[in-house]
Amino acid sequence: MPRETAARRSYDGVVACQPVTVPYRRFSPESAAWWIGRALHQLVSQSGLRSQDLDGFSLASFTSAPDTAIGLTQHLGLTPRWLDHIPLGGASGVVALRRAARAVQAGDADIVACVGADTNHVDSFRRTLSTFSRFAQDAVYPYASGGPNASFALITRNYMNRFGARREDFGKICVAQRANALSVPHALMKQELTLDTYLAARPIADPIHLFDCTMPCAGAEAFLVCREDTARSQGWAGVRILSTIERHNAFPDDPIQIRGGWAMDVEELWAMADVRPDAMDFVETYDDYPVISMLQFEDLGFCGKGEGPDFVRSHSLTNDGSFPHNTSGGQLSVGQAGAAGGYLGLVEAMRQLTDAPLGSRVPDARIGLVSGFGMINYDRGLASCAAILGRAA
Amino acid sequence: MSAPLVRPKRKNPLARTRLPLLPQGQRSRTAHGLTAAAAEGRFALQVCEQCAQVLYPPRDACPRCLSARLTFKDVGPDGRLIAETTVRVSTDPYFRERMPWRVGTVQLDAGPVIVAHLHGDTVEGERVRLALKLDKSGSAVMLALPAQETPHMHADPHWREMTCDPQYRRVLISDGRHAVGQAMAKAFCEAGASIVFVGIADPWKPYPGMAELAGIERVEIVPLDVTDTESVTELAGQNGGRIDIVVNTAEHVRPGGVIERSNLTIAHDEMDIRYFGMLRLGQAFGPALRFRGADGTNSAAAFVNLLSVHALMNWPAYGAYSAVEAACLSAAQCMRAELRPGGVKVLNAFFGPLETEWFQAVPPPKLGPLALAKAVIAALKGGLEDIFVGDVAQDVRERLDANPKALERELGAH
Repeated sequence: MPRETAARRSYDGVVACQPVTVPYRRFSPESAAWWIGRALHQLVSQSGLRSQDLDGFSLASFTSAPDTAIGLTQHLGLTPRWLDHIPLGGASGVVALRRAARAVQAGDADIVACVGADTNHVDSFRRTLSTFSRFAQDAVYPYASGGPNASFALITRNYMNRFGARREDFGKICVAQRANALSVPHALMKQELTLDTYLAARPIADPIHLFDCTMPCAGAEAFLVCREDTARSQGWAGVRILSTIERHNAFPDDPIQIRGGWAMDVEELWAMADVRPDAMDFVETYDDYPVISMLQFEDLGFCGKGEGPDFVRSHSLTNDGSFPHNTSGGQLSVGQAGAAGGYLGLVEAMRQLTDAPLGSRVPDARIGLVSGFGMINYDRGLASCAAILGRAA
Repeated sequence: MSAPLVRPKRKNPLARTRLPLLPQGQRSRTAHGLTAAAAEGRFALQVCEQCAQVLYPPRDACPRCLSARLTFKDVGPDGRLIAETTVRVSTDPYFRERMPWRVGTVQLDAGPVIVAHLHGDTVEGERVRLALKLDKSGSAVMLALPAQETPHMHADPHWREMTCDPQYRRVLISDGRHAVGQAMAKAFCEAGASIVFVGIADPWKPYPGMAELAGIERVEIVPLDVTDTESVTELAGQNGGRIDIVVNTAEHVRPGGVIERSNLTIAHDEMDIRYFGMLRLGQAFGPALRFRGADGTNSAAAFVNLLSVHALMNWPAYGAYSAVEAACLSAAQCMRAELRPGGVKVLNAFFGPLETEWFQAVPPPKLGPLALAKAVIAALKGGLEDIFVGDVAQDVRERLDANPKALERELGAH
């Protein structure tokens, strides 16, 4: 079998636009369908469309069971000719974007509504964890049922042992994100975080402490993907997709996760966009735990493997800093609304590139990177993806 | 080093008994291959028949060659603990009341990476050996142990939670009139049980070994006749709330098959002593055992059945007896399901002919009562669920696995 892959086509002529956020809540008695409905309602009302105009629909949700995207078309009154359900958690935003972009580019759909939404009932998080995957049921949940905190504690611990990262390094990431979040009205975390507070927090699963963890919550994020000329004629501000990558179950022989699938595809990511990492005006990583953001700095080429701690030490990560990172506060400060968490960075990047952030602005943002990571099936996150987005001309 | 186990104080009779909770026991059908190994104290993982890859977690196709021929086989349990964490916050009610709880990532020499419970004496970066244990839910879990034995290692809370160690537990042996019951009493005392109640029906009737039995430290003779519902109920009423392990040693071994006997007199006795006796014990002591499954250091732990291995395949020379044993095995499977909500195990110890009077005419190899008792103690200490004690029991088990029809013919040959 030939090993070389065909040259990638560009995403020319396609844009993402109309970012939507349904403000998060810690717990919600509403169903996932309610949250998806609110997101779609906001999408059509702010874009001036009717829901019948949406001929493509892409959904990511952990809590929509027993329904998937198809059942929700009837529930929500959509009649799409292109439909997708993306069960990829923290990778679902970028994956939705790249799939929808190709559908639009090929003419299979004109306007695709991409929605990531989850509800969070009291006790639904425990239920999600215990049956998250077969491997989780058989080989993770019976082991103290610490959920992702315990799994990422092992990854973090190994990373610290191996590369000399300290809690202060992870703390710096969390503190900067909190500073970015303070201007975002619906962020669940509203208080300033200092490094001292971070370090003094109670342990959850050593070395993970309270402020290393995201807060599970209910919420929804959404956007549209359409042709650039459609957006122009409607007067919608759009962003261009310069490059994307996606990879699953990379490096299965690593005994414990020290890298994600980005490391397999990073060269292609930069080559397709024809830019280098230092051209990025901001970076939105998937921050379920700060160690994972650090892996992304390394695997996406901002520094070498094991250099994440030094990279963090040598940069300021706030929106006015040398390396604006997770510019709306990320999940660590805004909350983790299930699959919507996989959309958070993407929606924020779209806002920064269209001069409409909910919180503080990254000055002169013209190009940015968004990456996703998801699905800790057994001992590691399986899905990874990234996209480089640019301001439309 | 583990701290030695502390003898539990006398329980405050007014204190509420902590209700038993279970960790999640739900598993895929394939993963119960681990449960089967854990039940017998083996360490087995799936091995691909095509490419020899050792797999974990259990799968239905080999991730290297996609073969579906994946067989659970005994593999080396040694590896290295590459990362550990102490979980302090859990979403699960069972673990919440047992926090903090250490778990870690073990890279097995055989290949796979296994997330395991950590014994207190394991050290990050160092060698460990894994054991498969049945947790309180009855499903298999991985427990990483220090590579070498350490002092008091069986006092470790994780270990104790997954085993039924008799130390500081209170035991009822249902019948002390025979050699097996007496050997059992001796073995439990040696294993550190805090009291061993030994049932004797009609105590005024003398029996061999009587004086020696009464002389064993911490043995308390109690009146108990497993064929008398009132007697069983009365003892349970008096002591049921402070018995942690029940061992049914009542026996009635008589040769003869179905057609060979001319009436049902012996069969009635066999059923009454063995099968109905077991039911009476289960009904009288089972509810309290199930209620007290999380009641501190000396929580209720196990119901032990001594079963002829011919419960699994009839031995026509002792054919009616074999049939009664089969009934007892079936009831034991039922009791397992009924006691599981309390986290209480049912141990089935299968044995062949014993060195006792009713197997007098049977040629060797035969099993001594003390060897059977010691095997039961070892199985409780290891938290096992099924053991095959002695050469005959193991032989029958292997033949049964290989070809049940051949075994049927072999046992029926004159």
